[in-house]
Amino acid sequence: MKIKKITYAQAISEAIDEEMQRDKNIILLGEDVGILGGNFKATVGLYEKYGEWRVKDTPISENSFTGLGLGAALTGLRPIVEIMFSDFIMLAMDQIANQVAKIRYMSGGQAIVPLTIRTTLGGGRSSAAQHSQSLQALVCHIPGLKVVMPSSASEAKGLLKTAIRDNNPVIFFEHKMEYNKTYEVPEEEYTIPFGVANILKEGKDITIVGTSNQALKALQAAEELTKEGINAEIIDPRTLVPLDKDTIVKSVKKTGRLLVVDEGYERCGVAGEIAMSILKDIFYYLDTPIERLTTANLPLPFSPALEFPIVPDEKKIYQKVKKMVIGGEV
Amino acid sequence: MENKFKPIKSYGIDKDKILRIYQSMLKIRYFENKITDLYSKGLMPGLAHLYIGEEAIAVGTCANLTEGDFAISTHRGHGHLIAQGADLKRMMAEVLGKETGYCKGKGGSMHIMDVSKGILGADGIVGAGIPIATGSAYSAKVRGTNQVTVAFFGDAASNQGTFHESINMAAAWKLPVIYVCENNLYGISVDIRKITNTKDIATRALAYDIPGVVVDGNDVLEVYRVTKEATDRARRGEGPSLIECKTYRFKGHHVGDPGRVYRLEKEIEEWKERCPIKTFRERLIKEKISSEEELSLIEKDTKKMIKKAADFAIQSPYPDKKEAYEDLFVEEKGIEAR
Repeated sequence: MKIKKITYAQAISEAIDEEMQRDKNIILLGEDVGILGGNFKATVGLYEKYGEWRVKDTPISENSFTGLGLGAALTGLRPIVEIMFSDFIMLAMDQIANQVAKIRYMSGGQAIVPLTIRTTLGGGRSSAAQHSQSLQALVCHIPGLKVVMPSSASEAKGLLKTAIRDNNPVIFFEHKMEYNKTYEVPEEEYTIPFGVANILKEGKDITIVGTSNQALKALQAAEELTKEGINAEIIDPRTLVPLDKDTIVKSVKKTGRLLVVDEGYERCGVAGEIAMSILKDIFYYLDTPIERLTTANLPLPFSPALEFPIVPDEKKIYQKVKKMVIGGEV
Repeated sequence: MENKFKPIKSYGIDKDKILRIYQSMLKIRYFENKITDLYSKGLMPGLAHLYIGEEAIAVGTCANLTEGDFAISTHRGHGHLIAQGADLKRMMAEVLGKETGYCKGKGGSMHIMDVSKGILGADGIVGAGIPIATGSAYSAKVRGTNQVTVAFFGDAASNQGTFHESINMAAAWKLPVIYVCENNLYGISVDIRKITNTKDIATRALAYDIPGVVVDGNDVLEVYRVTKEATDRARRGEGPSLIECKTYRFKGHHVGDPGRVYRLEKEIEEWKERCPIKTFRERLIKEKISSEEELSLIEKDTKKMIKKAADFAIQSPYPDKKEAYEDLFVEEKGIEAR
């Protein structure tokens, strides 16, 4: 397999470009996706290539341009709607939760909604409380939406192509801190199916499930942990809806421990949901209680001195795992 | 209030179409009278929002649409569906929550959809259909067709953000969409005159630099004429229009609301005098377009159609409880995404 090195942002842009080239019914719309090439430079070159109707700079009207995407999806197009920050999906929540997610069901299966909504998650940029949230739990809560949380650039590319080809609404979360990082990505065309978790590293002492780039942070932590004689198994679930529970269950049965890492808030969050959804299958195999590592139940503060301590990272994963496996204070 | 009607012949519509327009309004009226009856007998679960008194708007507007055009309906949506030629039996079955209904009992009165007739949904969230209609118009533009989309919504929806956001985009991009505001003066109990400063909602069109027209929403031919101009304009690629149809709902907000606490008896009676069906019938006879006998026959036939639809719905079975788990996603093998 031939490999090239590109950034996460380039991987997103390539996925959209390849799909738009393949299918003329695919359109991209959102704030600054056109002339600017995206606030995070993830749609560079598409406006020049596909023109102002297939790549549309919208007004700052999140709710209505999301609804516009839905109307276009119902009538023959396959729109990709970009909502710049997951904080802003709040403005579009009626269209996402009450319209996009429900119209197929409410119509008794008449409607088909091939709509991809791309948005971003993650703290770490000193963007304070309204541009740093990771709100994947909110959309996971609503039946009728598929939810994708890619980790690396190659994962993002393959999963985004699958999202665009899916005939259902998909909410696709890109991590802001990843856009500028360079990754190895396969040269040839590929897609990654939904509902199939990726085991990033096999291990026998503990299972760490990490969503989005927390899977990569877990991998970094795992390297350090080997020095302590702890062999962790790392699972990237890739999609939260559908969730590949089988892979996680199988892993925990082997390791006897589970840590779930998610950058969303802890309360009513994805980490707790993943843990609870498999508890009955793993309860008698557990050596320690399940733990979760998430962002504290607080608005994200501005100062790096305040922000970094409340979001999960490789160091916190390392400490948590050590405590779970070896026990005692570390 | 006096009714000043133009001669029917001045509209240049052939007699067949005129009678179809009359019958379409009747279907809506009888359909909803039947619903009221079924509700009072306890045969209908939930509620239904009645369109009685507003029939001329859906019928006058949809008479301009051709195969391939789209319309978005509202919570008060039976009229739009019927005007677009939806199947009365499947509609009635849906209202009663039966498996033979349009949505297999998952939508009910408020969410009847018929994709085959271009109805892209009936929305229970006030104002939420406006952006969806705008998207369908965007789609027609990108796909290079001459399809037109109609967004129906009420006066209350004009105070939602989606109204502004959507019309702004449609105007900027000259999208083939017609925004038809059915101003029945009340959002549930709240009088639009108490919450909005402008006398006419249509004047807001000025803000978007698009045509804004006020029309008597109880005169089906005037609605037809005005929406025809807007439809033609949209098809020519000249962009959207905002049409405000002044009207009144004879009933309350829904079948369970008498609608009298917040409205004066006098006001209700005055508007009933302007009933779109009654006045149109009088004109048809007075102007010798049709006759008492001919119209009575149409009325009799229409009543039969409604009775058949109701019988079909009543006799239809309820869906199996397993049906609740169907239709969330387009089926794709190997993926269980519930």
